Amino acid sequence: MRRHKSGFEQMTNTCGTAISVAMLCLGFLLGHAVAQGGGELRFCLRTEPKTFDPLKVEDDASASIRYLTGGVLVRVNRQTQDLEPGLAVSWKVSKDGRQISFRLRSGILFSDGTPFSAEDVAYTVQQLMDPALHSPTGDAFRSGTGNVETNVVSPSQIVITFPAQVAGLDRLFDQVAILSQRSSKKEMAVLGPFMVADYKPGSSVLLKRNPNYWKTDEQGRKLPYLDSIHLDIQPNRDVELLRFKRGELDLINSLDSEYFDKLAATSPQVVHDAGASLDSEQLWFNEVAKSPIPNYKKNWFRSASFRRAISEAINREDLSRVVFHGHAQPAVGPFSPANKFWFNSKLKPQPYSSDAALKALQDEGFRMENGTLKDKDGNEVVFSIITNSGNKYRERMAVLIQDDLQKIGIRVNVVTLDFPSLIERMTQTFDYEAIILGLTNVDLDPNGEMNVWLSSSENHQWNPQQKAPETAWEAEIDRLMRAQASSSDPKKRKEAFDRVQEIVVEQEPFIFLINKNALSAVSAAVQGAAPMILSPQTFWNAERLFVGTK
Amino acid sequence: MSLWQKLACVILALVLCGSVAANWLAPAGYAKQYREATDAPPSRAHWLGTDEMGRDRFARVLYGTRISLLLAPAAALLSTLMAALIGGLAGYLGGIWARMAMAVTDLFLSLPWLFLLITARALMPLNVSPLISVMVTFMLLGLLGWTTAARVLCTTAASLRGSDFVRQAQAAGLPAQRLFWVHVVPNLKPVLYAQFWISIPVFILSEANLGILGLGVAEPMPSWGSLLKELEGLVSIGEEPWKFVPLILLVVVVTSFQVLLSKQEEMAA
Repeated sequence: MRRHKSGFEQMTNTCGTAISVAMLCLGFLLGHAVAQGGGELRFCLRTEPKTFDPLKVEDDASASIRYLTGGVLVRVNRQTQDLEPGLAVSWKVSKDGRQISFRLRSGILFSDGTPFSAEDVAYTVQQLMDPALHSPTGDAFRSGTGNVETNVVSPSQIVITFPAQVAGLDRLFDQVAILSQRSSKKEMAVLGPFMVADYKPGSSVLLKRNPNYWKTDEQGRKLPYLDSIHLDIQPNRDVELLRFKRGELDLINSLDSEYFDKLAATSPQVVHDAGASLDSEQLWFNEVAKSPIPNYKKNWFRSASFRRAISEAINREDLSRVVFHGHAQPAVGPFSPANKFWFNSKLKPQPYSSDAALKALQDEGFRMENGTLKDKDGNEVVFSIITNSGNKYRERMAVLIQDDLQKIGIRVNVVTLDFPSLIERMTQTFDYEAIILGLTNVDLDPNGEMNVWLSSSENHQWNPQQKAPETAWEAEIDRLMRAQASSSDPKKRKEAFDRVQEIVVEQEPFIFLINKNALSAVSAAVQGAAPMILSPQTFWNAERLFVGTK
Repeated sequence: MSLWQKLACVILALVLCGSVAANWLAPAGYAKQYREATDAPPSRAHWLGTDEMGRDRFARVLYGTRISLLLAPAAALLSTLMAALIGGLAGYLGGIWARMAMAVTDLFLSLPWLFLLITARALMPLNVSPLISVMVTFMLLGLLGWTTAARVLCTTAASLRGSDFVRQAQAAGLPAQRLFWVHVVPNLKPVLYAQFWISIPVFILSEANLGILGLGVAEPMPSWGSLLKELEGLVSIGEEPWKFVPLILLVVVVTSFQVLLSKQEEMAA
């Protein structure tokens, strides 16, 4: 039997249906929001993390995890390169550069619920400086013999005194993740935006949102937005790229220029070139007096005029354009222009001129005979450049330099060696003539390069571990580096390091070739990404990233 | 000779002639860099395009073929001679000599040759020209590649030692040295030829493997190994098919050697 609905019934039914649909939609939206939150970010670590202990970090993979999980007192803003408050609301460095006092935030909890106080900072600093721990992070703070004193003034105030001045002291705390003194979970209790939830050796690391993270956004919403970060351990760059293309990964850090162009060809919106990074590639000659190379070659390599002429004969624009597909900048000196404060802006890249280079060599007594350059004693100018096998960019740079130097009659033999053999020749036997390698700078402060520029240092590669500086300009660099390290006045430090940069450019112990650009790829699904030149390029603001919708 | 074997001969002859005539056929030297036209696709000026440093790929294929195809037989000859000396003599003499020779062979077989080559390269003087580096690479391959052939020759020589005609010659009072050269060596020849031909593609592939690892022929000299390095990181076959020319050439040449080899194996049998 059919029944006709009255108007009221029809209206009631219509309203009921509308309410049901609305409830369903709301339920779906709420359910969706609860399930998705900020979503899961997926990317690759290229090596197995060696440790989760933030004080023992020395590899990139562990450093990435420390950055994402560790809470620090102060943080270098990767965008502005300025120091910003973290767990510390304010801080003050003493005039002598030995002491730093922090005023801490209160009411903060570690990921396991234990409260954070100045005692934890004191505990972390004591652990950091414990010689038995051999903390690579702690090495930067070791400026003199003696113990570090920590004075807990109140639960939210601490004063740390070092035995000697530590230059750039406050910025060094960017790398010090605070440990809990009381937590039974030890280093797994964290103050950063994420915490390690699962680790499958050789496969993946899962980071989950830290429910006790202290930061909120401008609207008062708790950070981080992301629910989790899934880190796959994948050393193969090709596989990483393929997985990114298939949508299985959300970002790639430190992308090769070749891969960058391949991705840019198909998906230009996902690739980011942040410009010149802090990393440099350089060539240097063996200037070690006791090295087993002929004396006449030592004389060439120890001559600043010879080194400058070689530098002038290298076409850096071509290195950048041909080898790095334009994703590199001709290098100027020890620091890249990307280092906003410390770079000496008066310096300009060495102009390329093979004619000028040849003339400079001829002025030094070299002469061209049938297309071959010979020194004043008639020795043919021939030398080998070694680099590590498997690094195609360095191999290609060596081949271009080989061709550039051929134009001024110099014969170069390019030799690729496995890395251990190369390091042995470079640091033990000194049985090499020239090397192409790179420097990866993670520290903006020149103190991070003390081990390179001091003539007594092991990493003073062209002539390491000198008992006394062998040249006047090396003595001057030693003096200036020590002067800037012992001053707490940023202006005086800058003046001293500017002069160091000028001397290096004049003398060319390192012939700086290029500064690689900071290249990365970020999936369109990731919101809030703004890749920067400083590490970690793509996820420096991980707490504000989200996948899909918030 | 079958039709396939004739075809293989023609292919090998053509490849060999092409590589020998590289000076005339190639539009430029293998090291000439056209820096304004890097990684270019095939064009009238560059038939197979250019590599990542702007070097003409056709020229590099021709010169690389010359190097790989001329030096691989040289390495094969060296390894076959060593195999004949060690394996053949040990098999003929028998007893403790054979056991000692096979022990040495087993020792060589158990060596991780790749690491050995890496070590040998690391110990070599740095200032050697690309030509010497390529010769040293193949010499090392030859010096390390004799073991398998030595085992085959040892077994063959041992079986010859016990054969009726050798026993008859011994009974007739023929001196041992004359017996070896007049009766044993001629009967080892088919096996030696077969081992020689087998070794050639093996050494070509070994050099290619070393080249991919960056340990083979020094820049700027090309070889099939260094040319194959270009395929590293190539995501799809259709992307730049002309880069596969060295690989196709390698497969064709190795296959041609294998086809010819079946003839040698028949002779040896």
